[in-house]
Amino acid sequence: MGFKFVILWTDVALWVLFATLIGYGFRVVRHDTLRATWRRVLRDAPALCSSLVLLLFVGVTALDSVHFRRALPPADGQPAGTQFFDTRTESLLDLVLARQIGMRETTYSAPLGWQAITKQTVTRDGVSVRELPRLLHGGVHLKNPATEWQADLWQRALLGAAGGLVVALLGALLAAGLLARSHGGFAPAWRDLWADRTHYPVRALLLTLTVACLLAGPVVALMGHYHVFGTDRTGNDVLVQTLKSIRTAFVIGMLSTLATLPIAVVLGILAGWYRGWVDEVVQYLYTTLTSVPNVLLIAACVLMVQVALDKHPEWFETGAERSDIKVFLLCFILGVTGWSTLCRLVRAETLKLRELEFVQAATAFGVAPVRIMARHILPNVMHLVLITTVLSFSDLILYEAVLTYVGVGVDASTSSFGGMINLARSEMSRDPVVWWSFAAAFGFMVTLVLAANLFADGVRDAFDPRSRAQRPRLSRRVAV
Amino acid sequence: MFNFILRRLGYGILILIGVNLLTFFLFFTVNTPDDMARLNIGGKRVTQEQIEKWKSERGYDRPLYWNEAADGVEKIKRTVLWERSVSLLVLDFGRSDSARSTDIGHEVATRMGVSLQLALPLFLLQLVVSISFSLLLVFFRNSRIDFWGVVLCVLMLSISSLFYIIVGQYFFSRVLRLVPISGFAPGLDAVRFLALPVMLSLLARLGGEARLYRAMFLEEIGRDYVRTARAKGLSETLVLFRHVLRNALIPIITSAGAYLPYVFMGSLVFESFFGIPGLGAFVIEAISGQDFAIVRSMVFLGAALYIASNVLIDIAYTWVDPRVRLS
Repeated sequence: MGFKFVILWTDVALWVLFATLIGYGFRVVRHDTLRATWRRVLRDAPALCSSLVLLLFVGVTALDSVHFRRALPPADGQPAGTQFFDTRTESLLDLVLARQIGMRETTYSAPLGWQAITKQTVTRDGVSVRELPRLLHGGVHLKNPATEWQADLWQRALLGAAGGLVVALLGALLAAGLLARSHGGFAPAWRDLWADRTHYPVRALLLTLTVACLLAGPVVALMGHYHVFGTDRTGNDVLVQTLKSIRTAFVIGMLSTLATLPIAVVLGILAGWYRGWVDEVVQYLYTTLTSVPNVLLIAACVLMVQVALDKHPEWFETGAERSDIKVFLLCFILGVTGWSTLCRLVRAETLKLRELEFVQAATAFGVAPVRIMARHILPNVMHLVLITTVLSFSDLILYEAVLTYVGVGVDASTSSFGGMINLARSEMSRDPVVWWSFAAAFGFMVTLVLAANLFADGVRDAFDPRSRAQRPRLSRRVAV
Repeated sequence: MFNFILRRLGYGILILIGVNLLTFFLFFTVNTPDDMARLNIGGKRVTQEQIEKWKSERGYDRPLYWNEAADGVEKIKRTVLWERSVSLLVLDFGRSDSARSTDIGHEVATRMGVSLQLALPLFLLQLVVSISFSLLLVFFRNSRIDFWGVVLCVLMLSISSLFYIIVGQYFFSRVLRLVPISGFAPGLDAVRFLALPVMLSLLARLGGEARLYRAMFLEEIGRDYVRTARAKGLSETLVLFRHVLRNALIPIITSAGAYLPYVFMGSLVFESFFGIPGLGAFVIEAISGQDFAIVRSMVFLGAALYIASNVLIDIAYTWVDPRVRLS
């Protein structure tokens, strides 16, 4: 069966971004000072652990960013040589989770449940009884669920946890193997690993890995036969939705700051370099932008985009492309309305840099201003760009939830944390309380944002010596 | 001082003109008034007459930027842009686009009072709680309390405010039944309705604020005058409250002042979650009803408040630090 790739705007942007990050990685490896600074980031235990968590999330995002449409089997009377494709756009993540997507119930069901949460009238042997009907997919393999259910859950969960432990152990062995050369053999490396006597905080990293494996193992073991996080109103698996929301969060968090960069950096450097009227104009521009309440400005832009898209339904082949372009434009809008902070920082830094000797020397040699800005100023403001980008990542993810709640965020058809919370508002007032999709969104979102925050703190401390002095420290008793 | 304020206000008007042009451009280049009329009248078949009637009722029946029919200065003056902008500059918001066509100025005046009832106590409490908490962390710096306090802050600021609201509403209103879930009543009764949103909003912002203030205090605590104060034999409490707190007030005013416009504009999320009929809820209604006249007016009002609060912040600097001269 054939298929055709669907290239969505956000996919392209994400892959370009990933490629840029890899390119930056190569640059870091070749550059001595950059390498030293990044090593400092990785020596920070919270930053190292959170980068592992972020990598897991990035993995999910990458899987969810390869889209395709399946070919339909030829229908009767279809002319030869033509091929029609399914209107549904799928991603690699959908392939991985195909079983969960197929396990669709009729409505809400509790996590790991085997029966519905509300009673229904069922006719059995001609008599109507009110009972909790069994689910269509969750726990159908059980013959006598009332007695077998608990044992089955425990068995599968423990098996999954054991599998997770094995993976974690393999990770530990691999780490010890890698450290063997610098620690004089495998056994000393293993001992040093457990005593936390390694250059990088590997023990903390392995602990994080173990926790992640212990959480993921049972979920993987159970998700083939149960809805681990329950199902939502339309009976879709909440786990699938949560995993798909990760991509939306990443897209918003990364692409929005990416969209700010060109405007902020170019205008900031120009204002700082030329001063005078250029500076006045740039300052006027960003003061005007910041004086408008942010949500309102974004709302205004999004409303405009919405109307334009509604007027031209012919621009898109499928619904997925349509909602994708909305996310893409939202990122663009967030970028265009949010460049003032970075621009201010870059301008101030440029004002400082242009008086330094190396820039003065370049000017004296007659180097063209454009070349000075590109070769001397730009590399020296990049640390600001980096710090702002990682710091704003988590803010944007939180912001997305608020915007979606206000009604100017992503489409309802795109699963996102904001959308899930939005629905949870009414679900929490039902009886019985439907808490699971709220809890799932909460768990994943807090993990993602917390990891992003810790990583950002690590990066900031490494690149900005001033903030390093303000880290909270557990005072070690030092004999004086 | 007087000259300074005058100049700042002059620049403020320049900014307001920019904001107005920006929103006007945003709203009218993508959408012609005809589109807006069609959207607001609703229904599939809208006749041209209905559109013309709608436009003339709301004053959209002129050309947008340039009136060819008129002559002289009237070419600019008899346009939608000119008429709308001039009325906005004297804070005359006109009527909303929706079918009910409410008077925006009247709505703003009544709703701002409600927003203030929620936001003003919150603003003051926020300052007190965040400053005390961060001072506590600074007092116990480099100890377990400081370390775990900062960990708590990072955890708290990683949680979306929506989570605080939903959990708080569920726990305090539904399970414990301490306060009503949502709604509003004027007068003293309002306390019952406002207690929960104030508390939750406080919690939601505490993590970020306390961490920020802690950094500001630590910045000050490394300075020479602190060392001098300690060398004089002042107690640590006195050093913190008399010297560090007063000197850290400038950055604190800067960051707290950024919230000032929102004290008047109200919080979008909290007001709509708790059914408080303030300006924030008004904006949300306008956004979901696609009422551009209201959104445009609120953008303008927000910008005006931002400029006013910036001038206030500058005046506050001179009050906190006598060395600061406004010129």
